Amino acid sequence: MKDVAVVSVAQSDYVRALSHLNEVEMIQPVIRQALDQIGVGISDIGFTCSGSSDYLAGQAFSFVMTLDAVGAWPPIMESHVEMDGAWALYEAWLKIQAGHAETALVYSYSKASPGDLPRVLSRQLDPYYYAPLWPDSVALAGLQARAMLDEHKIDEAEMAGIAHRNREAARANPHAQIKGSATIDELLAEDYLSDPLRLHDVPPISDGGVAVVLASAEKAAEWADRPAFIRGIDHRVDSHSFGARDLTRAPSIATAAEKAGVHDGKIDVAELHAPFTHQEKIVATELGLGDDVVINPSGGPLAANAMMAAGLVRIGEVANRIMAGEADRGVAHATSGHLLQQNLVCVLEGN
Amino acid sequence: MSPADNDRVISTMPTGLWEQPAISTPDLGDEEPVQRLRLPASMVYRYNPGQAPTRYLRGLAQKKILGERSASNPDVYVPSRGMNPTEGTPTSEQVEVGPKGTISSFCVVHIGFGVNAPPTPFVSALILPDGAAVSLYGTLLEVPIEEVRIGMRVEPVWVPDDQLTTSSENITHWRPIDEPDVPAEQLKGHM
Amino acid sequence: MSANRVAVVGVGQTQYSAVRGDVSLPGLLREAVFRALADAHMTMDDIDAIVVGKAPDFFEGIMMPETYLAEALGAVGKPLFRVHTAGSVGGSTAIVAASHIESGVHERVLTIGWQQQSISEAMWALSFPIPFQQQLVAGAGGYFAPFIREYVRRSNAPDDIGILVALKDRLNALKNPYAHLHEPDITYDSVKESFMLWEPIRFSETCPSSDGAIALVLAGEAAAEASAASSGLPPAWVLGTSMRSEPATASGRDQVNPLAGIECAADVYRQAGITNPREEVDVVEMYVPFSWYEPMWLENLGFAPEGEGWKMTEAGATQMDGDLPVNCSGGVLSTNPIGASGMIRFGEAAMQVRGQAGDHQIDGAQLALGHAYGGAAQFYAMWVVSSDKP
Repeated sequence: MKDVAVVSVAQSDYVRALSHLNEVEMIQPVIRQALDQIGVGISDIGFTCSGSSDYLAGQAFSFVMTLDAVGAWPPIMESHVEMDGAWALYEAWLKIQAGHAETALVYSYSKASPGDLPRVLSRQLDPYYYAPLWPDSVALAGLQARAMLDEHKIDEAEMAGIAHRNREAARANPHAQIKGSATIDELLAEDYLSDPLRLHDVPPISDGGVAVVLASAEKAAEWADRPAFIRGIDHRVDSHSFGARDLTRAPSIATAAEKAGVHDGKIDVAELHAPFTHQEKIVATELGLGDDVVINPSGGPLAANAMMAAGLVRIGEVANRIMAGEADRGVAHATSGHLLQQNLVCVLEGN
Repeated sequence: MSPADNDRVISTMPTGLWEQPAISTPDLGDEEPVQRLRLPASMVYRYNPGQAPTRYLRGLAQKKILGERSASNPDVYVPSRGMNPTEGTPTSEQVEVGPKGTISSFCVVHIGFGVNAPPTPFVSALILPDGAAVSLYGTLLEVPIEEVRIGMRVEPVWVPDDQLTTSSENITHWRPIDEPDVPAEQLKGHM
Repeated sequence: MSANRVAVVGVGQTQYSAVRGDVSLPGLLREAVFRALADAHMTMDDIDAIVVGKAPDFFEGIMMPETYLAEALGAVGKPLFRVHTAGSVGGSTAIVAASHIESGVHERVLTIGWQQQSISEAMWALSFPIPFQQQLVAGAGGYFAPFIREYVRRSNAPDDIGILVALKDRLNALKNPYAHLHEPDITYDSVKESFMLWEPIRFSETCPSSDGAIALVLAGEAAAEASAASSGLPPAWVLGTSMRSEPATASGRDQVNPLAGIECAADVYRQAGITNPREEVDVVEMYVPFSWYEPMWLENLGFAPEGEGWKMTEAGATQMDGDLPVNCSGGVLSTNPIGASGMIRFGEAAMQVRGQAGDHQIDGAQLALGHAYGGAAQFYAMWVVSSDKP
């Protein structure tokens, strides 16, 4: 495999409802910043790939309009995935590996605010047996948390501790939506939102976006002092039959971690796309992370969770720490679907 | 199989938008496969047009067609969605265009869509407002269809002033005006 | 370029029709998947990764349906990837699948494109009303018809060129057992007399709305040769892939002869070593949803000088017995499950160079172009396949 590195990351601030901007107005400054901060333009980019969802936008072909933010003239080599931007990054990584491009711009975004997100997400379920029942995303996560609790793989205090740690960490993240947390005791005194989940166990609903620039080793040396090289990247999917799955496990994460080489060296930092508190425990366990690994120094998706972007943000956050010299080797995780069904693992390293 | 059998309703909605039909499961015999399920889904979205479309719609409420351009490029986009799409830069400067314009191309529609479609046949045209870099879609009326041509000069017809709102429907249609045609070659790249 | 070689070793298509009420969505996909695997002499166990593509999720009313379909596609425990690039998506998806192998990451990749347009109301799913956006009261054809009129004006084409294209494609479809529209009684006059929808587009000059799926098995060099040795069918070697995009509405943009299409074609020819496409390409599967797009794309793809594509159509050059047969399968004009339509073009191109196209086979076809486009004629995906290993 060729050395391919993240050389630039930009994010919007995340808010519950960015009601005064449309999507193209929201993502354009982010794309511009990702290019400007390394002093390049779209003509320096070999391949562009984005990730977004029509169901979140409530419009068919919603990504077509957002292309206006890129400046695709003269025409560009471009693609789009109806997935989190982490998978758009995977497509870009393949294109560079295949020799079709030397550099890539990857961006993803969503405005979840126009719709009722938990209800919209229920449309991603089996249309015959699940979707007609309208289980919302929080209720489904509650089933998984219940399974974790029943098997004593977590307890409610530990869940509150995860919420507390993430949201306290988010104080240092200028983009985060929820910064700071009440004490664990205070959290546990709150009512249930969707038993056994309390509000603190649940991610915020966020509008926002992220852009990342990838480059081959030669270009990366030109564009960044300390590029964050992708040492391994892999993604896998588990069953959608939730009744047939052990909901306390996500075997696809373990497989992707092995393929991506998570265990081939010491991990300093991990950014996990675990929107619900109990899911962080599942992801960390499947990745085999030790107690010495710093998890979600950005605050993670419990502090800001723009759908379609939050996975790519995890890669960007790990890359930022490597580029800043704060970490040498880290792992980023992205998820798609309900209950950690589909997962991507990316190992990044500085030279 | 009758259409009724072919469309047996066996889904439910939790919030009472659709009445839950009575289902007699013994009627679903082994030899009678379910061919269709009706699975209604209803979701409410509250759309926001964004800044540039808001400015355009507010202009329409004042009987103005407002285009926009970016600081670095003279091309005026109408309606702007916020970007100069060839550069990926925000359109920050407003420029009033039209109201007169030129037909850059058109088709004769014999099958219309939506409640606002005029009686068929009618002309759906791409109209380049004076001063704009790209064309708008509009309906052309008040002229025999066989007289419509690329390059024809037109003007908008507005709803009465007391009915003006922030809506594209403020322009009910376009109609020809007595001005010389614009050569079609000048319209290339501005459709 | 350091790409690993990649070839098509299996093609599977469903029966296409307006309503495939006899199968569920997973059943529809598995019909295509199992045919492709059988063609490649493989099973699901042999597949390393699955790449799927389809157009808007509102068509089927399932958001990001690939997660729901994971088991049906044999993807559990494997990578599963979803592409959406508007109407070009079938082509883009095949290209992304090829990248999985060219990159050296995987050896055998299953790729699937589909649309089951009968599930929802297709016109609604394409463009349901958004409050502050202007409603196009003319419908989808009304969007493209003005560009066709401008083409006719510029090229001085006779007004029956579209009729000739529609007649040819629908007659070709009679030789394709999977095609949606089989109209044995179609004639020049019946097309001409069909209802005018968006002048100059008549009813018989527009694509249908179809249910259907196509699956391709792609393989790296060693796996492709092993598959070919087993199946007895030659691989279709991918000599080049390309994608290009441009904005929907932009000053300087020419919707009649879009620059993104010109540049995409130039790129894929360069990769395939093609210097004279008219002479070298044996057969083309071109995305023609409205009849007039055949002459327009003949020019855009460099098969004819600007303004002269219609002369090829008129002279019969694009018929099955012409020197550049176009859409021997019947094309999009005969079968249009949107998310699959681009991949059907790519798959039919592969079938031609593998010699497996049956009654619509061009004898001796060695080099074929698959073409797809989408959005406001702004997204392009193309590949060139050959019976000869590069």
